[in-house]
Formats: sequence, C-alpha cells, structure tokens
Amino acid sequence: MVDFEPKIIGFLCNWCSYAGADLAGVSRLQYPANLRVVRVMCSGRVDPTFVFKALSQGADGVLIAGCHPGDCHYTEGNYNTLKRYPLMMQMLEQFGVERERVRMEWISAAEGTIYADVVREFTETIRQLGPYKRRLVKGRDQVG
Amino acid sequence: MAKLNLALYWAAACGGCDVAVLDVNEKILDIAAVANIVLWPVALDHKYADVAKMAPGSIDLCLFNGAIRNSENEQIARMLREKSQVLVAFGSCAISGGIPALANLKDRDDILRRVYLETPSTVNPDGVLPQTGCPTPVGDLHLPEFYDFVYSLDQVVEVDYYVPGCPPTPQRIWEVVQAVVSGNLPPRGATVGALDKSLCDECQRVKRDKKIKRFYRSHEIITDPELCLLEQGLLCMGPVTRGGCGTQCINANMPCRGCYGPLPGVTDQGAKYLSSIGAIMDARTPEEVDEIMQGIVDPAGTFYRFGMSTSLLKGAVKQ
Ligand code: SF4
Ligand code: SF4
Ligand code: FES
Repeated sequence: MVDFEPKIIGFLCNWCSYAGADLAGVSRLQYPANLRVVRVMCSGRVDPTFVFKALSQGADGVLIAGCHPGDCHYTEGNYNTLKRYPLMMQMLEQFGVERERVRMEWISAAEGTIYADVVREFTETIRQLGPYKRRLVKGRDQVG
Repeated sequence: MAKLNLALYWAAACGGCDVAVLDVNEKILDIAAVANIVLWPVALDHKYADVAKMAPGSIDLCLFNGAIRNSENEQIARMLREKSQVLVAFGSCAISGGIPALANLKDRDDILRRVYLETPSTVNPDGVLPQTGCPTPVGDLHLPEFYDFVYSLDQVVEVDYYVPGCPPTPQRIWEVVQAVVSGNLPPRGATVGALDKSLCDECQRVKRDKKIKRFYRSHEIITDPELCLLEQGLLCMGPVTRGGCGTQCINANMPCRGCYGPLPGVTDQGAKYLSSIGAIMDARTPEEVDEIMQGIVDPAGTFYRFGMSTSLLKGAVKQ
C-alpha cells in the first residue's frame, strides 16, 4: 500500500475545531495534507447522510470534530453528535466499514497541536487500512 | 375505445404485490373491462415467448414488481421495457430493492455457502452449488445466473413511474390504472399513489416531546393506543417515510417500517432516521447512549428494510 494517499473528509465545527485547525496553521505545525476540511456551523449539523455520502463518493475516512461536551456554541449540538456516533458506527460495521475509518474528536479553538496530532494519526491509520472499497452500481449496461 | 394491453410481472419478490392487485376485489372486473392482460405469471398462463413476439411499445402499461436478483429478472425487465409504453416500478422491491436487497449486506459467495452448505437442515455431502447449465441425457438444463447484488428496477432499465409500498394499497393500484386509462398521467419519473408529506403528518396519534430512555421491540411492550409509538420507544420510521398508506401499521399498533420509502428531499432513509433517533435519545454520556442502544439490535436491517439497493452505501463490501 506504498502508493496509497488516503482521502479523508473532515467536518469541523466553526466555533471550536475549525478554529483549532486555523491555530495549527498559524502556528506552522506540520501535518499531512490528506484531510479535506468541510466547515460546518456545529458538529451536530453533521447528518450521518454526510458521512455516508463522503464514503460513497470516494473518501477513505471521515473525521467529525466539534467543541468539547459542554462547550458547544449552540449548547446541545455536540450532544447530538455524541449520541449519533455510536449508533452510526454500529450500523457502518454492518456495512463492512471498519470502526477506525470514521472518527469523532473534540478539539477546542486552543488545541491546534491536538488537531495536528489527530490528523497525523488518523491519516496513518487510514493508510494502514487501505482504500475504502465501495459497493458500486456501475450502469444499466453492466448489471450482473 | 380499444382495450389497454396490461402486463403484470414479478421478479425477485414475495408475491404480496400480486396479491394486492387481487385485493382490489370486484374492481378487478373493471380492470378486465378496460384491459387485456397479456402477461401475469401469478394468475395466468402466458409464455415469455408470446410477449417476445409482440411489437415494441405494444403494451400500454406494465406494473413490474420485484427486484432484479438474477439474469432472468434482468432479461424480462429489458424485454418488458422494450414492449411497454409505461413501465411502473411497482412496490418497494422494484423501487429500491425491498426485503430481497437486505442480502446486499452479504455477497454471492456468503449467500450460496450459507444456503447450500451450512444451514443445519441441508444435506449436501458433495458441496454442490447451483450452476447455470447442466447437461442431462435429455438435453442441457439452464438456470438463471444468481447475481452478486440485488438491483432496483431503475438500476437496470428506465422506469416511468414509481408506486411505493410493501405492497402498495389496492386503492392506489386502482388509481394508477385509472390514470393510464384516462391519459391523465403526472410528469415522467413521478412517484404515484403517495404523499409528499411524512407519515407522521398523516398520523393521528398524540405527539409530545420525544425523549427516549429505552427502545423496545414490538413484542416487548404493550403500547398505549393513542400515543405516538416512537415516543413509547418503538422504532417507528414515520418521521422519514412518505405518507400515503393511511397509517396502516400504526392503526394496527405496529410501528412504521418505512415501506413507502424516503420522504422527498431525503437522500438516504436509513441515515436520516439514524440522525433523528440519535437526537431523541435521552442521554448525556457515551455510557448512557450505550445502554439505550441495546434496544436497537439491527440498525442496518431495520432502517434500510426496504431500500438497501438505492441507499448511499448500497450494501457491504469485504475490506
Ligand atoms: S413516529 Fe410513528 S406513531 Fe409517531 S407520529 Fe410518526 S408515524 Fe405516528
Ligand atoms: S405504516 Fe409504514 S410500513 Fe406500514 S404500510 Fe405505511 S409506510 Fe408501509
Ligand atoms: S458549535 Fe462546535 S460542536 Fe456545536
């Protein structure tokens, strides 16, 4: 798997984790460029549909990051994240998706170093796992 | 007026959709008055070869139920597409794979091994698996090829209309036939015989604040007949499911399993339901979530009971 560059989608909440990523950049921390960031207002906005869609369209891993419990800008948003995540993982396992491919993290605006560490570690994990194999429906002329 | 040519077909299905057609009861005579049935394997004895001889486009309406699971299903779907003016994906299996498509959580090898080798009631010392051809003294025998994936009808051929339900209600069937007879058809690609609102919208039960401490399977609880079933801890898919069935299951004190398919605007019924269920669990810590989740034994099978083929992930893959 030497040549494999993982594609990872990261949903970062505007108020904490995105700011944390920003801080990592401003602090000139080095971390892999495999994570494509999608800024969302709150981690609670990350409908499992987003995660499934990312996987179905070529992502090898997905990161959902938000404020620490108790710190969500919208008070309750990340509790919804916290509650959905384990159920989503149970379901993804039934679809053959390894638990390590979808990760949830709490990263505050002050935690630039943690952000960089998470991205580094997560990229390495996905590199070890290899590409995510999707179930593909190719086209009407390629049924079988 | 010339009679319509009507075809009804079942591919990978349980037969329930055909029974629903019979359930229009005496209206079946009205259907017979306006339509010539040219193919209906469950009830009449036409041969595929008879249909193959018909000119392209000579069937006015084909109600196609069942998913595409093998090469015979595919071949007949292609033939009926060519012969039909209006091809309707009829019922959940044709629309989105239905119950048969739950098999997409496994692959062909898993399924054949389980069914023909491992099941306790199977005696198969030579490990024989189904073959597509087999020579015999009286000639070669052929069986359709079992595919690795269960497809929805529109993953195989173009579909003109969708009539959801497992099965569609007899009332809706009658409406579809009437619409074709009168030429009063909605735009191509439309879902016919269902509402654009959620089932909850049509449901008469009392809805309050939803905060759930424990989920139950339907045999584990005697429910209050007035109150929203989801609030009582049953996994009712009403919030993400199209209305139109007349809340049949709810009226019988059973939670909705989602057979009318995702609401318009919902890409993935299961993921959306997961999203709403997550939000209404009355928990603050991972441990509390864990405990509540004990009541949900098979989320993929429950939340995609009728729609695996057209879901975002489509099924499982061995990584
Ligand atoms: S969740 Fe089910 S029982 Fe509750 S309002 Fe919706 S359809 Fe009715
Ligand atoms: S209540 Fe739900 S599962 Fe039952 S018929 Fe209606 S849509 Fe289908
Ligand atoms: S705003 Fe950061 S998790 Fe809600």
